[in-house]
Amino acid sequence: MRIVSSWGRLNAHPHHVIGLNDPTKVKSLVSGGHSGVAHGMGRSYGDVCLNPNGVLWFTTGLDHFISFDDNTGRLVCEAGVLLRDIQRLAIPRGWILPVTPGTQLVTVGGAIANDVHGKNHHFLGSFGDHVQRIKLIRTDGETIECGPQLQLNWFAATVGGLGLTGVIVEAEIQLRRIAGPWLDTETVPYANLDEFFRLADDSESGWEHTVSWIDCVSGNGGRGLFMRGNPTDIGQRMEPKSRKLAMPIVPPVSLVNRLSLRPFNAAYYNLKKSKKGRAIAHYESFFYPLDNLLEWNRMYGPKGFFQYQSVVPREVGQDAVQAMLKEIARSGDGSFLAVLKTFGNRHPVGMMSFPQPGVTLALDFPNNGERTLKLFESMDAIVREAGGRIYLAKDARMPRDLFEVGYPRLNEFLKYRDPGISSGLSRRLMGG
Amino acid sequence: MNNKKRIVIIGATSAMAEHCARLWAQGQSLDLTLVGRDAVRTERIAVDLRVRSPQSDIHIIQADFIDPANIQTTVDGIAMQGAVDIVLIAHGSLPEQTNCQNDLQMCSDALEINGISPVLFAEAFAKHMAKANHGTLVLIGSVAGDRGRKSNYIYGSAKGLVTRYAQGLQHRFSGTGVKVVLVKPGPTDTPMTAHLKTQGSKLASVEEVAQSIVDAVERGQLTVYAPKKWKLIMFIIQHLPNIIFHKLNI
Repeated sequence: MRIVSSWGRLNAHPHHVIGLNDPTKVKSLVSGGHSGVAHGMGRSYGDVCLNPNGVLWFTTGLDHFISFDDNTGRLVCEAGVLLRDIQRLAIPRGWILPVTPGTQLVTVGGAIANDVHGKNHHFLGSFGDHVQRIKLIRTDGETIECGPQLQLNWFAATVGGLGLTGVIVEAEIQLRRIAGPWLDTETVPYANLDEFFRLADDSESGWEHTVSWIDCVSGNGGRGLFMRGNPTDIGQRMEPKSRKLAMPIVPPVSLVNRLSLRPFNAAYYNLKKSKKGRAIAHYESFFYPLDNLLEWNRMYGPKGFFQYQSVVPREVGQDAVQAMLKEIARSGDGSFLAVLKTFGNRHPVGMMSFPQPGVTLALDFPNNGERTLKLFESMDAIVREAGGRIYLAKDARMPRDLFEVGYPRLNEFLKYRDPGISSGLSRRLMGG
Repeated sequence: MNNKKRIVIIGATSAMAEHCARLWAQGQSLDLTLVGRDAVRTERIAVDLRVRSPQSDIHIIQADFIDPANIQTTVDGIAMQGAVDIVLIAHGSLPEQTNCQNDLQMCSDALEINGISPVLFAEAFAKHMAKANHGTLVLIGSVAGDRGRKSNYIYGSAKGLVTRYAQGLQHRFSGTGVKVVLVKPGPTDTPMTAHLKTQGSKLASVEEVAQSIVDAVERGQLTVYAPKKWKLIMFIIQHLPNIIFHKLNI
């Protein structure tokens, strides 16, 4: 048995780990009779990638490319390949992943199973929109190939399907043409939510990437920094050499706390505000600002942290976000890595995918036990009232009724579950 | 012949070897020969490397790793195709120490695949490199080969054999155009060591170890510990007096 935690480090349970290193042996390894779940880089925050006291199938050994066509941008690879390796392979050859989350240290299988999104959702949707084929191995030994033109039901169940429809072993992805690794970016400070929504609307047609950091502890709440970017062709220039630092230890208490948060946020806001305006940015620093600080999740101390990411429909979005910020202010706790972003007006391919038209707010909170859970309950009420949902890749605690109303295609999805697959999340929210 | 760098990897399905190949294939075109025991597994590696480096020529050879006559034929066949710039001999398997103590066949197999086989491959290549007065021969030893420990001495003694052998070869080729690099990795996170991780050990990443192998080859360094900290750790372990060492549970 081996102790495995997810990115939130909320708990550390033993797991029976089985490495899936050889694609020809996956079938026999997953049909061992004990239910398990695939685990890639463990970058989801809650229990979607965990199976306490049960089996985890590690997929990072499935890290081989199978084919890449320089003319069409079609890539076929095993499911344990990291997005980082795809970017490094493809970008020098004029192609890029169309959609990428805020870290490139995740596997292709994990990106599909959580149907991850990025800063360009309004423009190109989520990860699953660019997957052309998935190869799935079920624990009964069956192999299923599915895609947008092939067994569409299986595809819709598997994209965003939390790894519960079978083990994803291989995928085919359509990459996107790109001129080079650079982006033309702009940082615009905003003073309140009105300004945020105006900026978001104004940027939707002219900017491929939009995101904002919101300072959830400043007096009136709602000031922040709006960042937008477009790929740009500026010819050859020296690429920055990435310098990796690591959080060397787990501090005895969370470094993000009531005392540190205000000065942290004020300093960050003012630093970035002083750099407002246009700038050329390298794709790694624009898309993955935290990847150079390895193991940054340790800064929340031994008790770990929660992420609370919700999406609510646009019509009620501003009120709901305002209400959530108010709850946070009232609780006295707060969040440093707070991200506010609008999603485009498009629906995802996956039955259980998170993105939906509206506005999404992602917040992290050090785990202060009951106090934190109490705050989440009051935020749940706002999300429920607004007709929103919570992102399963981040969740470790949402109540089952909120899950059921938030994911109306749940019953349809359950028909595609593999009975030999079970995770902490599936037992918590689906009863098995 | 073309002017692509010619690299041969014995035991190409080893995770360490594969990551070296990925680094070598990055940004240069190679003439790469992958030698493995299992053709299907070796082909999977070749397919991946062809995607990473489409301008390289990548061949695979399936070979027996134990029989001296087969080793000779395999190596002679490779050498016939032209001079080799780098040979990396990377195969091995980490046996369970207690199994080796209880089963002499397992013990013999472990000594054979980790000790004798790499030496035979190296010796066969050494002959061709001597003739060409050119090439770098890379052998994988182990920190386990530096001092016998109760938890791991069968594997350790096979790696000790490789270490002594590499020393002799370095002596033989000193002052010539042939270089011999001995790499001593510490415990590394590969499928071979998956069970160590279960015990909670902190293992080095295979990318990191591969990078130090590639760097050492570039510099022609004689002996390299990967990661570097093992040089100091093993210096201490090698010099501990028995009275202390025998009390340690390592």
